[in-house]
Amino acid sequence: MSVLKEQSVGSGLHSRAGRMLRRSPWWIAFAFLAVSALLWVYPFIWMVAASLKDSMEIFSSGLNLMPKVFAWENYVRAWEDAGFGRYMLNTILITVWTVIIVVVRCALAGYVLGRYKFPGSRIVMGILVATLFIPTGYTIIPIVKLSLDLGLLNSLTGMVLALSGAANVSAILIYAGYFRQLPKELEEASIVDGAGFFRTFFTVMLPLTMPVTATVALLTFLGTWNSFFLPLVFSFSRPELRTLSVGMQAFVGENAVDWSGMAAAGVISIIPVVALFIFLQKFFVEGIAGAVKS
Amino acid sequence: MSTTTAKAALQGARQDPKAGAYRGPTRTKMERRRNLWIWLFLLPTVVLYGLYSIYPIIASYWYSLVQWNGFESEQTFVGISNYEAVLADPAFWSSVRITLIFMLLVAPARILLSLVLAVVLNSPKLPFSKLFRTVFFLPVVTTTAIVGVVMQFIFDPSSGPINAALRAVGLDGVNFLGDSSSALFTVSAVYVWKFFGITMIYWIAALQTISSDVYEAAKIDGAGAVQIFRFITLPLLKPFLIIISLLTIEDTFRAFDLMLTMTGGGPFFSTEIIEIYIYRWAFAASIPQLGFASAAAVLFGLFVFVVGLIQLWGVYAARRIQAENK
Repeated sequence: MSVLKEQSVGSGLHSRAGRMLRRSPWWIAFAFLAVSALLWVYPFIWMVAASLKDSMEIFSSGLNLMPKVFAWENYVRAWEDAGFGRYMLNTILITVWTVIIVVVRCALAGYVLGRYKFPGSRIVMGILVATLFIPTGYTIIPIVKLSLDLGLLNSLTGMVLALSGAANVSAILIYAGYFRQLPKELEEASIVDGAGFFRTFFTVMLPLTMPVTATVALLTFLGTWNSFFLPLVFSFSRPELRTLSVGMQAFVGENAVDWSGMAAAGVISIIPVVALFIFLQKFFVEGIAGAVKS
Repeated sequence: MSTTTAKAALQGARQDPKAGAYRGPTRTKMERRRNLWIWLFLLPTVVLYGLYSIYPIIASYWYSLVQWNGFESEQTFVGISNYEAVLADPAFWSSVRITLIFMLLVAPARILLSLVLAVVLNSPKLPFSKLFRTVFFLPVVTTTAIVGVVMQFIFDPSSGPINAALRAVGLDGVNFLGDSSSALFTVSAVYVWKFFGITMIYWIAALQTISSDVYEAAKIDGAGAVQIFRFITLPLLKPFLIIISLLTIEDTFRAFDLMLTMTGGGPFFSTEIIEIYIYRWAFAASIPQLGFASAAAVLFGLFVFVVGLIQLWGVYAARRIQAENK
């Protein structure tokens, strides 16, 4: 190492060559990773390619990804005939409402659990942590029965309530952890100013949580957009309430040979989450990494 | 805590440090008001979480004790006969076995492979490491149910691209999902691919807690890359390994979306995990057996709970190691 460094003082050319040489294992790693990365996203590339081929070409083209003619009508077929326009609207409605409810309820709960000791606080926290890993398969039958009794089965409202009521414990824990580490002086100053409990929370504490709120909102968005089990069970008898994920399953069940329509529907369904992820990557990654740090 | 109560507490402290804080009418009144606000803040969570998470956990026990053929039909109490029927059903035990095999296949793959990749991607010397992180994380954000459907086509025996590639290099095609001996492995591979990115981010977060000074010091002492990894990185990662394993293993119980859309539990029940088994009896049977399915669900819940307990015990052990390191 040190020999190379001394040489590099001699001339600029040597220095560059030296650095390249020292870094060459990393360039090999890079080449290896680049190939793996291409294979990694291949299923998505294949899906996009398939969505643009006409229904004959898709079976005959083999490994060739590039379509001969761009068959945009696949998208029209998926959007209109297969009902993905409708499914998209349902998914957006469910996701937006669920995100709003989850953010509000988890911010409120996280605030009091993170900052106050009160009679029952340990019990509430204990119950939440104990039920952190409850799988949907366990709770689904009582959820359907309850929704049926409340008249909420087969409705988007019922889906939103069930999705925003089940799980989401981790969002409360993220909020609680964040509120806990904010300095005590904040509340004291606000109370000196004459603000009550609610105003202190709303005007002083809540604005400080924007980074956490962004993370919670994004992770909830992702979880709801991608949810499948609950929307599937809630739309059995009302196909017009299907979300994108349920619609995809139903579409393949009904049109097993329409590969290009299936691929177009898949692209339509996945593009919003992928776009959101690429623009807001930082928050996704922080939200997920938070589980390990705390 | 307000300044007035702080003063009151201070005055109280002069006479009796413990009792002072709780004395005086202002204090109790304020405290009662504060507690009212606290429970008001908790109300949405108590109602929603209570209805859709806590109540179902309790109700499952009742439902597991009744005969109940459809959500709108009558429930008749039958005692523990549902449990007897579930425990006597070889298909239930087969689904338990497949859930465990699936867990043993995917959890180590996710945990160890992603560690290797995280170590490489965490190096500042690697060109484009940020871009690679994005790419390897990408499948995580996509809808599992949709990926499952698309994978049916990708692994299709006649026209799917994977078999086309196999034939292009002169190999025989494989019926990945149609053959009961390969279906579970195929789904496992797709599952690892799909959720690999989460574990990778966990590891990168863990690696970033190790300060670069430690590495510098090791380099000055003449340690090579392998030695640094073996004697510095790995021991410091040990407590994280336990937490990351906990999160990853609990995650493997949520494979329903992928299983149902890729294989539906088939062929010949070879990929039927417990959640699919429950789903089949509760929602896909011509005469739903909701009591029977509830008994299976309760057993599944207990199973997840026990695995969780074992691992929480591991987390406490990890905390101890962490405390000792400090």
